[in-house]
Amino acid sequence: MKRLLGGAGLALACALLLVFLLFPFYYAILTSLKSGSDIFRVDYWPVDFDAVNYLSIWREQPFARNILNSVAVAVAVVSISLALGVTAAFALGRVRFAGRAPLLYAILGVSMFPQVAVLSGLFEVIRVFGLYNNLGGLILSYMIFTLPFTVWVLTTFMRDLPVEIEEAAIMDGATPWVLVTRIFLPLLGPALAATGLLAFIAAWNEFLFALTFTLSNDQRTVPVAIALITGASEYELPWGNIMAASVIVTVPLIVLVLIFQRRLVAGLTAGAVKG
Amino acid sequence: MAKGGDVSRERVRSAWLFLAPMLVVLALVAAWPLARTIYFSLTNATLVDMSRYSFVGLDNYLAYDQGRWYGVLTDPQWLAALRNTLVFAVISVTLETVLGVLIAVLLNHSFPGRGLMRAALLVPWAIPTVVSAKMWSWMLNDQFGVVNDALMKLGLIAAPVAWLAEPGLSMASVIMVDIWKTTPFVALLALAALQMVPKDCYEAARVDGVHPVRVFFQVTLPLIRPALAVAVIFRLLDAMRMFDLVYIMTGTTDATITLSVFARRELVDFQDVGYGSAASTMLFFVIALMTVIYMMAMRPDVDGRRR
Repeated sequence: MKRLLGGAGLALACALLLVFLLFPFYYAILTSLKSGSDIFRVDYWPVDFDAVNYLSIWREQPFARNILNSVAVAVAVVSISLALGVTAAFALGRVRFAGRAPLLYAILGVSMFPQVAVLSGLFEVIRVFGLYNNLGGLILSYMIFTLPFTVWVLTTFMRDLPVEIEEAAIMDGATPWVLVTRIFLPLLGPALAATGLLAFIAAWNEFLFALTFTLSNDQRTVPVAIALITGASEYELPWGNIMAASVIVTVPLIVLVLIFQRRLVAGLTAGAVKG
Repeated sequence: MAKGGDVSRERVRSAWLFLAPMLVVLALVAAWPLARTIYFSLTNATLVDMSRYSFVGLDNYLAYDQGRWYGVLTDPQWLAALRNTLVFAVISVTLETVLGVLIAVLLNHSFPGRGLMRAALLVPWAIPTVVSAKMWSWMLNDQFGVVNDALMKLGLIAAPVAWLAEPGLSMASVIMVDIWKTTPFVALLALAALQMVPKDCYEAARVDGVHPVRVFFQVTLPLIRPALAVAVIFRLLDAMRMFDLVYIMTGTTDATITLSVFARRELVDFQDVGYGSAASTMLFFVIALMTVIYMMAMRPDVDGRRR
């Protein structure tokens, strides 16, 4: 009896938790499928199936361009961070040298930086390079949070690989460059996938820099575009459009995250728990 | 022997070579901009032309002129932002940690549907913050929002509530959305820590007939404490720089403005690089101070448990 009650309690707790976790996105989908004044009627079950919002968002603003911008920025940020991260992680994870520990802590410190703390200095750097209102400015500025994180996680993975792998190659006279590209890179596949995906999500979702360093509609990334969708007045936000845009940019992300579930959690815990 | 020394010296040299690109990039996007921001905070630069400015000393922080105090440190809205940020960080991180651990304990049992629960946990975390902010703004809408509708149908409230406009409620609403979004992160980390706890710890306690709640507080919690402490500091630092949720859900109103929102507004909307940089620099120091205090507060405690 007691066990049965416990089971019922567990099931109830899980059901409530599921509703809390999933209802907002479910409701966003419901809203995105409503048109006209249907939007202002609250429904808990899908009753309207109107694709009008999914069609109008492409017409009313350069949403396709915004998505392309986001993809371009995120892909560039991930590639650069992984390339710089792998070589740095080899140095930090496999070579003993004076100043290694302080360097690691400095890198961890940068990853915890408040982005606002560098805003005016970064503004100046971006202007000097002529990257204001340019995707290049975003790619450069995003390094501040993706690079330290990538280096940190890859270093913890790199450190855990057995020494024997390397020793044989060194005996054969392999240079450090060969070690990194031929020996470690293939072994780091899963770690690269996890950190790359986490960096991709971080770059895809970033808002503060994207809002500050871009000006025109066709240079904006998706989060800024969605935040700035406006209607006739501040009080007439086109919620249908906003929710349709939100669903479009979120679904691929959720699919990715669910596919790479285990890897992602491993990457997250490597970044936080082992640190 | 000499050859071994050469090899390791060669190795150290190439290590620095491998580090160089990463260090150059970090210097360019982190160290140099931070130094420039602190430098700008001592000037009266504006965003229109950042190369023309004069030195004003600490006037952006604190200045006394003709019987009145000026500067960020006496700005009532900055002080409101400081209070809001601290309230937001402490309450949201505390609740997220408690809820996260509870969820982790729940998911540490094996039951049908556990995989589904774990996957569902990742959903709020995967949704872009801007999208979360918009979704919840719509759900919390005072006239057409589903939250008011549901609460009225359940008879919990008599009339619609302005969740985001009423000063007393807007902060609570923002905290609630942050809890929704980040509790999964804490829960996943706590779950990973729980799964590393050796099973025989529980066996021994069960044989002795210790109540499960006591087992949790006296066995489980001390064991996952180090992992939890790291998750909490990550969350705390993240909460202290809160920008997007507040910016989108409630804008720059006094009731919810945070230090990040304040600094960006001075810098970008008001074009005041000097004043905005002073606000940015203060945020940096507040966070640095908080980290030091947290580290000092956690360390003695961890030692105390070991004794």
